Amino acid sequence: MNDSVREAWGLLPDYLGQHVILSVSALLLGVAVSLPLGIVAARSRRFGTPLLAAVSVVQTIPGLALLALFYPLLLALSALTQDLFGFSIRALGFLPALLALTLYAMLPILRNVVTALAGLDPAILMAAKGVGMTPRQSLFKVELPLAAPLVLAGIRTATVWVVGITTLSTPIGQTSLGNYIFTGLQIENWVFVLFGCVAAAALALTLDLLLAMAGSGLAMRSRRKLVAAGLGLLAVIAAALAPELVQPRASHQGIVIGAKNFGEQYILSQLMASRLTRAGFSVSEKSDLGSTIAFRALGAGDIDAYVDYSGTLWGNILGRTDMPGRQAMLDQLATSLKKDHGIVSLGSLGFENAYIFAMRKDRAEALHIKSLADLAAHPDLRIGGDFEIFSRPEWRAVAAAYGLGAMKRRQYQPDFLYRAVTSGDADVVSAFSSDGRIARYGLVILDDPKAALPPYDAMLLVGPAHAHDAKFIAALKPLIGSISLTLMQQANLQVDRDQDKQTPAAAAAWMDQRLPH
Amino acid sequence: MIEILQLSKAYAGSGTQAVSNLDLTVLEGEFLVLIGPSGSGKTTTLNMVNRLVEPDGGEIRIQGQNVLESDPVMLRRNIGYVFQEAGLFPHMTVAENIGVTPRLLGRDDAWVEARVHELLVMVQLEEGAFANRLPAELSGGQRQRVALARALAARPPVILLDEPFGALDPVTREAVAADVRQIHQRLGLTTLMVTHDMTEALLMADRIAVMRDGRLIQVGTPRELAASPADDFVTQLIENPRRRAHALAEMLNA
Repeated sequence: MNDSVREAWGLLPDYLGQHVILSVSALLLGVAVSLPLGIVAARSRRFGTPLLAAVSVVQTIPGLALLALFYPLLLALSALTQDLFGFSIRALGFLPALLALTLYAMLPILRNVVTALAGLDPAILMAAKGVGMTPRQSLFKVELPLAAPLVLAGIRTATVWVVGITTLSTPIGQTSLGNYIFTGLQIENWVFVLFGCVAAAALALTLDLLLAMAGSGLAMRSRRKLVAAGLGLLAVIAAALAPELVQPRASHQGIVIGAKNFGEQYILSQLMASRLTRAGFSVSEKSDLGSTIAFRALGAGDIDAYVDYSGTLWGNILGRTDMPGRQAMLDQLATSLKKDHGIVSLGSLGFENAYIFAMRKDRAEALHIKSLADLAAHPDLRIGGDFEIFSRPEWRAVAAAYGLGAMKRRQYQPDFLYRAVTSGDADVVSAFSSDGRIARYGLVILDDPKAALPPYDAMLLVGPAHAHDAKFIAALKPLIGSISLTLMQQANLQVDRDQDKQTPAAAAAWMDQRLPH
Repeated sequence: MIEILQLSKAYAGSGTQAVSNLDLTVLEGEFLVLIGPSGSGKTTTLNMVNRLVEPDGGEIRIQGQNVLESDPVMLRRNIGYVFQEAGLFPHMTVAENIGVTPRLLGRDDAWVEARVHELLVMVQLEEGAFANRLPAELSGGQRQRVALARALAARPPVILLDEPFGALDPVTREAVAADVRQIHQRLGLTTLMVTHDMTEALLMADRIAVMRDGRLIQVGTPRELAASPADDFVTQLIENPRRRAHALAEMLNA
């Protein structure tokens, strides 16, 4: 527990700094775009009505989806600029997050600008004209100052929203306070989750409070209050940026190791990072990437290396459904990835993280069940799975190959799967082969003699930029073929277990000592 | 001098003529009151003088200058305007409100400050107490005095007043009206004021112009109107205050 808190504090300067940069940039951009749009919209109903409708629709898109959608959008745009002008834009990280958050910031600001301007007393507008103001003078000297309190209220709403939603930019590769939440959820580190939520809420409240102070300073025409609020805002931003400025982050010029959003990936990325650091590279990590986003990011050079699984790439990237066998799949993947994406596979790390089916050891022995084929003789057995397994091709292949279509199915939240099988609620459960809890709960993995389940060999992939970097490859090469399933299971268990929980970094260090250099 | 010739205006969509073929001259230094019931076109006429409303046809000349050929923004800066219910800018202090037009004309801080002081004295608002207050902190009468000061700030030769005392209580109304009339006299202004209150018109005006349904019915001094009203409508307008004055006198004497 204390270790988690200490680790969380250690990460705070980086996470908070990046969170503030992103939120504040999105808000400034949101204000810069919404203010002029709002002024035009307030004057022209033909423009204003559809504009507000469009911005409202954006607001109904779930935050995570909106952020994720900007990735393929920018990727397409990047390809276009590459073709037309010979440069590409970064589709991962800051830019897509900034654009999505700016869209989110727009609605409350825009709506309040329009409401405030449209609601001004016509007699006052007439007076502005009557004393000899030009339309521009009327706007800046009368209309905007009178609209300011309502506009500021809109900015405050946008601030609270944007600071909150910024946590969702983690899966598209932008570091934020969301890293605590996403990592914490995956490795069930509730201290991390809570830490991320509290930090984001505290930031949102602080900014809101300072803006409220600026608002009351404006209303009371108190210059002192306005200056205090302005200084407060600057102080928050400066404090958040200080670590970035004092210590330029390595990721800007160094190596970036990617990780998807679960414990094993965090451990492996830490392991790779420590090997590369020791070889003299400056390394940073980008974790919690979505599955296909990680692959695209590698191809685009946003990350330089990560671990993916052969069965995943086979289906998702190559779009293949045939099963050529374990080694053939690795070979064909290596050739295709190199040819189509310039990505080099250094080979399999030596273990699989595959869909498997497991039983309690005593129960399997009592029923004489060793393989999936033996299950056919026991149609009364209950099979438990996570929420997706029964709709995946893996289950269809297994059910067809071994005649298991009639088995009674139950679905559980992944954590409860192990409890279900140990307590006897389910006789057989689906699981991932490298999950440390299989050994921990005394489960046996059922053989798959007909090879119906695809192989999921962990492959170390290197992006185009370092495909021929001998020093880079030499630093990672010793990992190839040297991580046994047992070692990976033990490391995963250190992170996943409820008691004496380790951080991914600690588990990676533990593994590192047991691996060749 | 304001010369209005064959002035016409119809609002889009209303179908009726707000002002039709109006001829009216406000002489140099004259206080002319335009009176008529709601919808008679009196405020529309007033607003066409500084082009807050654009005429459909006709001509307006101020000191011989054709209003429709001059830049509307510069025109308005050189004509004082007192709005119904003051029309002060709620986010500006009294001093800022009064200084608006001189600042638009590029006057410097010292000039504006001195002018504001001078005007606050003229409209009988002691400077220290009022200059830094917001309009919301003033009474109705005080607001109207500030509005008058604002209209006079850039030293315009002509001022327009649109029912300026409508929202005031009778006692305040009388005091402010007396001050307006006295300032008009002192500064030698040419003043055009709109009202629907005949008592006010009779007490303040050099001449009264009566309007109904967008047309000018009669122009004359209060005495001329009382002595020879042009028609029943004018007779009724004049009779009303006279009858009330009689009734009051009888009641108070009895």
